[in-house]
Amino acid sequence: MEKLLLHITVNDEYRELYINPKRLLVEVLRDDLALTGTKRGCNTGACGACTVMLNGLPVKSCSVLAMQADGAEVNTVEGLAEGGELSDLQKSFLDHGAFQCGFCTPGMLMSATALLKEIKKPTKEQIKEAIHGNLCRCTGYNSIIRAVKAVAEGEYKEKSR
Amino acid sequence: MKKFNVINTPVHNIDGVAKITGRAEYAFDVKLPHMLYGKILRSMYPHAKILKIDSRKALALTGVKGVVTGQDTLGVKQGIWRRYKELCDEEILARSKVRYIGEPIAAVAAVDEDTAEEALDLIEVEYEPLPAVFEPLEAIKEGAPQLHERAERNINVTRHIEWGDVDEAFRKAEHIREDWFRCSPQHHVCMETHNAVASYTPEGRLTVWTSTQSHYYIQVLLSWMLGLRESDVRVISRYTGGGFGSKFEIDSAQFCSSLLSMKLFKPVKITLTREEEFQATKRRTPMFYYLRSGVKKDGTFVAKEARVFTEGGAYTSMGATALYLTGFFQTFPYTWPNYRYDGYRVYTNTAPTSAMRGFGAPQATFTAETQIDLIADDLGLDPIEIRRKNAMYPGYEVPGQATIQSCGLSQCLDKIEEWIKSRGKLPPNRGIGIAAYGFMSGGIFNWFDTPYAFSSAVIQVNYDGKVDLYVGSQDMGQGSNTTMVMICAEEMGVRPEDIRLHMGDTDNCPVDLGAWGSRETLMQGNAVKMAAADAKRQIIEFAAAKLSPNIVYDLDIKDRWIHLIARPERGLSYFDVVKEAIRGKDGQPIIARGHYTPHRKGMISPAYSFGVQAVEAEVDPETGKITLKNCVTAHDCGQVINPLGVEGQLEGAIAMAAGYGFTEDMPMDEGKILNPNLVDYKILRSAEMPETKVMEVETYEPEGPFGAKEAGEGLTNPTAGALSNAVFHAAGVSVKNLPITPEKVLDALRKKEKEGKKEKK
Repeated sequence: MEKLLLHITVNDEYRELYINPKRLLVEVLRDDLALTGTKRGCNTGACGACTVMLNGLPVKSCSVLAMQADGAEVNTVEGLAEGGELSDLQKSFLDHGAFQCGFCTPGMLMSATALLKEIKKPTKEQIKEAIHGNLCRCTGYNSIIRAVKAVAEGEYKEKSR
Repeated sequence: MKKFNVINTPVHNIDGVAKITGRAEYAFDVKLPHMLYGKILRSMYPHAKILKIDSRKALALTGVKGVVTGQDTLGVKQGIWRRYKELCDEEILARSKVRYIGEPIAAVAAVDEDTAEEALDLIEVEYEPLPAVFEPLEAIKEGAPQLHERAERNINVTRHIEWGDVDEAFRKAEHIREDWFRCSPQHHVCMETHNAVASYTPEGRLTVWTSTQSHYYIQVLLSWMLGLRESDVRVISRYTGGGFGSKFEIDSAQFCSSLLSMKLFKPVKITLTREEEFQATKRRTPMFYYLRSGVKKDGTFVAKEARVFTEGGAYTSMGATALYLTGFFQTFPYTWPNYRYDGYRVYTNTAPTSAMRGFGAPQATFTAETQIDLIADDLGLDPIEIRRKNAMYPGYEVPGQATIQSCGLSQCLDKIEEWIKSRGKLPPNRGIGIAAYGFMSGGIFNWFDTPYAFSSAVIQVNYDGKVDLYVGSQDMGQGSNTTMVMICAEEMGVRPEDIRLHMGDTDNCPVDLGAWGSRETLMQGNAVKMAAADAKRQIIEFAAAKLSPNIVYDLDIKDRWIHLIARPERGLSYFDVVKEAIRGKDGQPIIARGHYTPHRKGMISPAYSFGVQAVEAEVDPETGKITLKNCVTAHDCGQVINPLGVEGQLEGAIAMAAGYGFTEDMPMDEGKILNPNLVDYKILRSAEMPETKVMEVETYEPEGPFGAKEAGEGLTNPTAGALSNAVFHAAGVSVKNLPITPEKVLDALRKKEKEGKKEKK
C-alpha cells in the first residue's frame, strides 16, 4: 500500500512521517515515535489504556487511524510534565496512590487531564463518567477519583508553578 | 522518641514517577534491534490427536523467518511441581495431542505481526478429533473421555484434610444444614497481557524480558524446558502490568519466543492478544462445593464436612495447591472442632484452571460465609454473634495444620458491629451482609524444590551513604518495591530516599520465589530486615569505636543519626561514619546479607491475616439488579507498613472480588469461551464501585518484619460472601451459584413467591 505523509504535532513537537494509511494512531505513537508511555490493553477500544488527547479531546488511539490525526495536535502522557515539573494531576496521583501496576495509568491520566480542561470543578459523578471508559484492575478506582477531585478542588494550586 | 520513622507513614510508591510519566518500560514496550515478531497457532479442537503439521507454505511466505512445533522441543512435560514429577503434565507446545481449545501447536516468527498472523493460516494441521468432556461432574464418571493416560476417571489430584471425630460430632449436633454451591471461574484480566521478548546469542545465553510474578521460576522452568544451564538464562521483569496469580507459571509467549530465538539467533517478541488471554491463559478454578455443617442451637460450631469437585481444565497447573487451600480455608476464621474435607480436581477439555488472588480461599469464604448466615437464620441468631462465638483467637491451633499467633478477629467484629449499628434502619430492598476471613502470609510449600532460601536480600552501602538493596521479590503493582525500601530504611535508620532498589533481574538479584500467596511482605521483608540489621551492625561497630561509650551502652541509628540509645543527643552523623568505615575497611563498601525460610511453622503459612467485611447492597425486586452502596472492612494485617499501599490493596481487592461476586463469568460452549473480550466480560468500571472504608485493627505478628503480615490478597476473600448475604438480607433469597446475576436473583424471587403461595394454600 502506498505510504502517505502524516503531519502531526505530538506534545508540542511538529513531526512529518510517511506511514502506511492502515496504521493506527497508537502504533505510530508507540512504534514510530517511541512514545511507549501510551499502552494497549485490548485493541478494541474497550479498555482505555491507549487514551490520548486529540485536539484536546480524549480518544482511544487504538480506534483512530493515524491519518485521521493528520494536521492535529496530540498529547500523550509523556507531555504532561513540563521541564521536570510534574503536572498537578500527576502529583495528586502520587499523593493518593492512584495507580498500582501502572499499565492503565497513562490512559487514566489523559482522560482525567481532558476532563479538567473541559470542566474546572467536576463533581464526583462527572469524574466517574470521565474515566468510565478506562479499565483498571488494580485500584478499584476510588483513589483515582480522590486524586482528580483533589486537583479540581484546588489542593494543588499553592504547590503548582 | 517515635516508635517508627518510616513504617506506618504514607510513602509515595518508589516506582510512581516512572509510571505516571510513561517512562516505566514494561516487557510489553521492549524493542530490540533486528527483533522479529511471533504469533502462536492454537488448537481449534477441545480434544484431538495431532497427526501431521506441515509448515512449508508458511515458511515460503515473504517475511517469515521460522516456525517451531512440538517436534522442535525436548518434549519436557513441565510444571511448577518439580518435587512431584507425576503432576508435571504440560508441554506448552503440544507434540501429539491437544486437550483444550487454544492449546499452542506451533509458533511463527516474522518481520512483523501481520506477516506472522498471515503465516498461521498457512500452517496445515491434520487432526483426529476425539470425544471431549467439559464438566467435572461428567468427567469423573466411568466411561467419560479420558484426557491423560495415567488419570483414570480424569482424577488429577485429590486432597484430604481431617481432624476430630466428625461422624460422632454430627450425632451430637442440634442442627444440621446441607448446601450445594457453584463457584464460577474468573479471569485475572491483567491490563498488560502475557508477553515476552527472548534473545538467544551464540555464547549460549538466553535473555528474556517478560511480564511475570517470579523471574526465578521462569528462569528455572525455561532452563529445564530448553536444556540450558540455569544461570545461562536471564529473566528481566522490571515492571509487571498486573499478575493476580496468572503470571508465576511459564506461559506460551515465554516458551515460544525462546524456542524461536534459539533457532534463529534473533530477538523474538510475542504478545498475547486480549482474546488469546481469555481463551488460552489460566483462570480462577471453578468449584462445585458441598457443605454439611452441624451446630448447637446457640450457634456453637460442632462439625463440618466439605466435598469439592473442581473443573481442572487440561493440566495440573497450580490447581493442586488451590485444591488444598480451599479445604484448609473452608474452616477459617473459626474454631471448628471437627472437620473433614475431600477435594477432587478433575481434568476437563478446557484451558487449565489455576491460581488467582485468594488461591482457593475466595471459594471457601463465599460458600462458608453464605452458609453461616443461613444457619443463623434457621436458628434465629445474629450474624455477628454466631461468628463471634466461634472466632479464632491468638494462640489457637488448627489441628495438625497451623498455629495462629496474632489474630485481631474479635476486634474486627466489634468494629463492623458498630458500623452496622450506625447505619440505623435501612430503606426497603436494602441489606447488609457480612463475611469474615483469614489468609496466609506466604506459603510454606516447596513443591518447586528450590535449594535456595525462600527469600534473600543483599545490601551494599556506598561511600556517599547510598544503600544499594538487591531483592528477588517481584512488584506487579502491589507495591512490594516500596515496602522493601521502607523496611530497609527503618531498620538501618536512614530515609527511603537513601535506598536504591535493584529487582526484577535474575542476573543481579538474589533468589526469591516471587509474588504469590501473599509472601513478599513477610518473607522478602524478613530477609531485607535481616540484611539491614547486619549492615547497621557493621556501621555501628565503627561508630562505637569512635564514640567509645561505656560498654554497657547500646547504639542505634535513627533518621541518619548514630547515637547512644540512652543518650540520643550523643552521636555521630550516619554519613560521616559510613565514609570512615569504608576507609577503615581498606576501601571495601559495607556488604550485608539476609535470608528467610520458614521453619517449624506448621503446614501452610507462618502467619495469618484476618478481617471482617460488611457490604450494603440494594436489590431491585422488579429486575433483580444489585447495586453496591457501601463496603466497609475491618482489617488485621499486623503492623501496617505503608498505609497508602494497604488502602490501595483493599479497594482494588473489593473491585476484583465484587466482580467475582456479581458481574464476571466465563460461559463456554463445548470448551469455547463465549465472551473473550472486555465488553462482554465485565470487570467493574468506575461507576459501579461502592463507597469504601477501612478500619485497621493493629496487632503485632511476631513472625513478620516489624509485626507485619499479609495485606492484599486475603481481601479478595470476603466480598462475594458478604454480597450474597447482603442480597439474602435485602431480598430474602440466597443465590448459591456465582456470579449473583440479576437473572438468578429474579429466578430465586419468583421461586420464593411460588412457594409462599403454596404455603398459603
